[in-house]
Amino acid sequence: MTRAIVTVLGKDRVGIMSFACTLLAQHNINILDISQTILQDYFTMVMLVDATGCDLPFAELATLLENQGKTRDLAIHIQREDLFNAMHRI
Amino acid sequence: MINTNEIMDTIHMIDQQHLDVRTITMGISLLDCADANADTACRKIYDKICRKAEHLVRTGCDIEREFGIPIVHKRISVTPIALVAGASEAEDYVPFAAALDRAAQTCGVNFIGGFSALVQKGFTPGDRRLIAAIPEALATTELVCSSVNVGSTKAGINMDAVAQMGQTIKKCAELTKERGGFGCAKLVVFCNAVEDNPFMAGAFHGVGEGDCVINVGVSGPGVVYHALQSVKGRPFDDVAETIKKTAFRITRMGQLVAQEASRRLDVPFGIVDLSLAPTPAVGDSVARILEEMGLEVCGTHGTTAALALLNDAVKKGGVMASSHVGGLSGAFIPVSEDEGMIAAARSGALQLDKLEVMTCVCSVGLDMIAVPGDTSAETISAIIADETAIGMVNTKTTAVRIIPAPGKQVGDTVEFGGLLGSAPVMPVHSFSSEAFVHRGGRIPAPMQSLKN
Repeated sequence: MTRAIVTVLGKDRVGIMSFACTLLAQHNINILDISQTILQDYFTMVMLVDATGCDLPFAELATLLENQGKTRDLAIHIQREDLFNAMHRI
Repeated sequence: MINTNEIMDTIHMIDQQHLDVRTITMGISLLDCADANADTACRKIYDKICRKAEHLVRTGCDIEREFGIPIVHKRISVTPIALVAGASEAEDYVPFAAALDRAAQTCGVNFIGGFSALVQKGFTPGDRRLIAAIPEALATTELVCSSVNVGSTKAGINMDAVAQMGQTIKKCAELTKERGGFGCAKLVVFCNAVEDNPFMAGAFHGVGEGDCVINVGVSGPGVVYHALQSVKGRPFDDVAETIKKTAFRITRMGQLVAQEASRRLDVPFGIVDLSLAPTPAVGDSVARILEEMGLEVCGTHGTTAALALLNDAVKKGGVMASSHVGGLSGAFIPVSEDEGMIAAARSGALQLDKLEVMTCVCSVGLDMIAVPGDTSAETISAIIADETAIGMVNTKTTAVRIIPAPGKQVGDTVEFGGLLGSAPVMPVHSFSSEAFVHRGGRIPAPMQSLKN
């Protein structure tokens, strides 16, 4: 299973979550967990996803999410979960 | 799932604090490329490098994209060319540098290190020819880096080599004078050079290494600087703890990248080098970390102690995070490549003498320092001798990468651009060391060498 962390950051407004989730669904990415908060008017969403069935190579997916995010002034990153496990767990 | 704050911490480290993996360096042995015919040897060298490193850059870019961590450099280090070329009948070793340069261009890496000789105890004919070829090799190639090891704790200091390197550095500056003496930025003179260093310009693939290996150099001065802002005014115990924790996380990231690169390229993992390598970007400076500890400007009294603490804490934090630590491992203090160092040197607070003292407690040495163009070869040799003595006696690696900037005076600035940054020209002592350098011979190995 290719588990990854998707982060979505940007100024809060209507429809961000729906936009991000639709984007992921279009590429057959399953959302396993979501955490979302508003920090000083900033929308901050962190999702754990399973990208095993994704129809794009991971690097292309990362570029696509980034570019799609930019069209709505959002910073969308996708990074393999291993990175966070390595940095924050012994 | 990992806690949201931890995830956001990592994102901020990368986006705002310049966290990156500085380099993935593939070490390639060229011992099997030696040939009596120099043309054949050069062809074998080119072929082997291109074969081994064919996928290096692409793999680095893939990892970068998938993990979302910038990997700034993909590079290659090779067996010291003096050993490989020494088997040939060639008198001129510049074609060997040209072969390395072509191979590096083909593979798409941004530097290749190993146009090197190890002469701490004496010269072979191959070593002499290589050193003679360095100025032209560095002036006529773009990506080749060169290093010469002139001393070690075990062997002492080869003062003939020290004298020769002063001349070589002057010649390098002369041949690249229209680029501010850029050739000198690709040449390092070492004491106790390490065989698995992934950082340029001093990287080479030692003879004790395997056929091919992946070494990774981490970075992250900006992250350490940021972390220290949360312990303002607190005792040094807290400072050391904070640096250790940060270094641990940075190194874990480096270890992950190293393992991933090793697996994908099917090349054994060598080491992670725990170095804080600065860049000229604002917020990515080692000098600013020292200043954050309470110094008005880097270079004032207290700088050495601050650097000693930083260097030690980085190692303590990093060593547990990686299965194999090696290379240079410590804080780098390259003047032209560190925004805070540049500012400190410009203000006059940071002098050459203080930098020399700082190298006693940190990784490597006098790095990327510009001195007036009319500095004599003997003065440069004497600077090398001092730095080598520090390394020899303290059983550590020291190095000199110095640029006698052609036509420049104290107060001028040399612009190298990119990660090499810009170097304010620093004054050297005007009193002569000529008679000292001209003695030649060897400085005997110190008592520290007799450990058996």
